Amino acid sequence: MSMSDNPDIPRLDPWSRLRVHTSARIGLGRVGDGLPTRQLLEFQMAHARARDSVHMPFDAALLADNIGDLGVPVMTVQSRAANRAEFLQRPDYGRKLAPDSETELEAAANTTVPNAAPDIVFILADGLSARAIHENGADMLRQTLSLLGKDWSVGPVVLAHQARVALGDEIASRLKAKISVVLIGERPGLSSADSLGAYLTFGPKPGCSNAQRNCISNIRPAGFPVRDAAHKLVYLMNAARQNSISGVSLKDNFSPSLAYSGQIIDGS
Amino acid sequence: MLYSASVTGFSRFTFPDLKTVMAKASPLRSGDLLAGLAAETDEERVAARYILADIPLKRFLSEALVPYESDEVTRLIMDSHDDIAFRAVSSLTVGDFRNWLLSDEATPAALKALAPGLTPEMVAAVSKLMRNQDLIAVAKKCRVVTGFRNTLGLEGHLGVRLQPNHPTDDPAGVAASILDGLMHGAGDAVIGINPATDSPDAMIELLKLIDDVRERLQIPTQSCVLAHVTTAIEAMNRNAPVDLVFQSIAGTQAANDSFGINLALLAEAEQAALSLNRGTVGNDVMYFETGQGAALSADAHEGLDQQTVETRAYAVARAFSPLLVNTVVGFIGPEYLFDGKQITRAGLEDHFCAKLLGVPMGVDVCYTNHAEADQDDMDNLLTLLGVAGTNFVIGVPGADDIMLNYQSTSFHDAMYLRSALNLQPAPEFAAWLRKMEIFDQSGRTRPKLDSSLTQDLLAWSGAA
Repeated sequence: MSMSDNPDIPRLDPWSRLRVHTSARIGLGRVGDGLPTRQLLEFQMAHARARDSVHMPFDAALLADNIGDLGVPVMTVQSRAANRAEFLQRPDYGRKLAPDSETELEAAANTTVPNAAPDIVFILADGLSARAIHENGADMLRQTLSLLGKDWSVGPVVLAHQARVALGDEIASRLKAKISVVLIGERPGLSSADSLGAYLTFGPKPGCSNAQRNCISNIRPAGFPVRDAAHKLVYLMNAARQNSISGVSLKDNFSPSLAYSGQIIDGS
Repeated sequence: MLYSASVTGFSRFTFPDLKTVMAKASPLRSGDLLAGLAAETDEERVAARYILADIPLKRFLSEALVPYESDEVTRLIMDSHDDIAFRAVSSLTVGDFRNWLLSDEATPAALKALAPGLTPEMVAAVSKLMRNQDLIAVAKKCRVVTGFRNTLGLEGHLGVRLQPNHPTDDPAGVAASILDGLMHGAGDAVIGINPATDSPDAMIELLKLIDDVRERLQIPTQSCVLAHVTTAIEAMNRNAPVDLVFQSIAGTQAANDSFGINLALLAEAEQAALSLNRGTVGNDVMYFETGQGAALSADAHEGLDQQTVETRAYAVARAFSPLLVNTVVGFIGPEYLFDGKQITRAGLEDHFCAKLLGVPMGVDVCYTNHAEADQDDMDNLLTLLGVAGTNFVIGVPGADDIMLNYQSTSFHDAMYLRSALNLQPAPEFAAWLRKMEIFDQSGRTRPKLDSSLTQDLLAWSGAA
C-alpha cells in the first residue's frame, strides 16, 4: 500500500471532515479531473463486495446449524428459479415454489405435529444478498422469538433458496399460517451489502400485493440494528394479529426514534 | 391487420398486429423476455425489422397501439398531433424515415420544426432500425433549449444535476453533499434531492435549505425536491419556495394511475408552479423522470414492448414544457435491462427518441449491484451520451447514492466528460463558477480554496 505513504499527492479535499455528517463519498480529492487511485480502489472494493453478496450461494445448512438451539423445526425449500442468472432475470420464478417444495410443504402441513396451522411462520430467504441472511438472519430470528409472547404458536422455520418476498405467501399459505414474516437479503447498496429486510403479511396467500405488507428495511449493524428491528417487528406482529390486518392500513405508531422507513427495494 | 415478411430467402414470419411487429423488432432486452414479447430468434427479430421498414409512418396515425377510448395518453398523442409539421415526412415509410434523418436534409432547424408532427410510436419504430451510431448522430442534431434561472441544452454545453441525497434527509449531510457538488462545478441543471420521506413538511425543510445557499451565494440555478406531485402542490399551497415540480411519469394511463397521477393533475401542478413566477431567464417549471420497465413493473404496459411504451412517456412530458427530463436508465434492475450492453442501448434510445420529439432529455447513467454492469460500462455510455449531446447527467458524490442504493455518475465523471468533449456548464452558471474561483481562467474545475467566496460556502455548509 505504498501509494498512501506520500502525504502530498493526492490530498482529500479540506471539506472531507464533513463526512461526520454523511456516509456520502464527499471530499475525495482530485487528480486532474479524475479520482485519486485510493478512492478508485475503495469504490471497486465496495462494488466487489456488493456483487459477491448477490452471487454468493445461500448456505442453508450453516444457517440451520446456527438456529439449531432454538427448538423449532427447520425446512428448506426452493423457488422455481434454477440458478442465480435465472433468478435475477425472472422475478416471477422467484415468487413460485419448485414442485418438490410444494409437495414437502403440503406434507408438513398435514402432519399432526403441534405446530400445524400456526400463528406465525418465519421464512429466511437469500433474496438479493445471501450475505445479509448469513450475517443477520439467525440473530434477527433469535431476538424476535425471545421477545414474542408465550401465546404465539410458531410454525417451522423455512429456509428458502432463490426467493423473492412473495414466495413467502406460497410457503405460509401451504402451512396454513395466520401471519408470515420473510427475512430476506435486500438489494445491496455499495456500502450496505449485508442489509436485511423484514416483510410481515397478515393472511398470506398467493396474489398478495406489496401494499398488504409491512416492511422493515436496512437491518444491519451499521444501519437499523437487529435489536431495534426485532422490537419493531414484534410490535407489528402483535398489531397485525390483534387487528387482523397488515400493510398500509396497519398504522405503524412504533417509536419514531427507532423506526426506519424503508421502501421495498428487492424488486419483489 | 396481419404483417408478413415479404423478403425472399427468409423463413416466412407473420405478425398479428403493429405492436407485435414493434416488439419483435426491438433489440434484445430482458424486460421483453419477461413480458413474453421478445423475438424468439435473431432471424425473427431482423424479419420484423424488414416489415417495420416498409410500414408507412401514416399508419401510426390510424392504428393506435393502445386504444384511444381507454387511454388518455393515446388521446393526448392523437389529439395534439400537428399535421402541418408532419408533412415533411408524411409520405415516408419507417425505413425511408431513417434514411431521411441521417441525410443532410435533416438539419437541426428541420428536425426542430418536425418534432410536433411526430408521435412517440413513429420515433420508437425508427429507433428500432437504427444502430447506436445512428442514434447518436441524429440526436446530436436535435437541440432542445429550456430555461428557468439559467439556460440549458445549448450546443456545446452539458448540465449536471447535483443529487445530494441522504438516507434520513439530515440537513447537515445534505449540505455537505451540496458543497461537494458545487466545488466540482455541478448543479446547473438543478440541485435536486430525492427525499427519504415524502411529506410536505420534509419537502419544505429541504427546499428552504437549498434556497438558503442559493440566495446567499446568488447561484443561478434551480432547486427541486423530488416528492410526489401532490406533495409539491401541498407545499405550494403553504407558500414554500418551489422552483420545479417533479414527477415520475410513464407511457400509459394505467401506469400513470399506479403512480397516482393523471394529465389533469400534472396540469394543475404546472399552473401552480407557473403562478409563483420564480424563473428569471425562463419559466419552464416541470421536471420528469422516466425509465424503460416502469410500465411493465406496474403491470400496465398494455402489451407494448418496453422501449415503445417508454417513448410514449415523452408525449406526456412534452405536453408540460419541462425544464428537465431524464431517463433513469439502469435503475430498475436486470429483469428489465440485464447488462451493460442493454443499458447502453436503452440509454441511447431514450435520449434519441426524446430529443426527436422535442423533449429536453438528460440521462441518469446508472446501474444496480445485481445488474451485469460496472463503472467501465457507465464510462462508455456517459461518453456516448456526451457525444450525442445529452442536456444533462446526474452528479452524486463518488457515484454512490446512499439513499437510493444505486450507482449513478459522479461529480468527477461530469468533470471528465466536460473536459474530454470541451463542454461547458449552462452559461449563467459557468459565469458564477468563474466568479467563485471554482473554475480557473481556462474553465477547468480547480477551486481556489482560500478565496472569500469559497470560504463563505464552506462556512455555510459547516453551519448547516
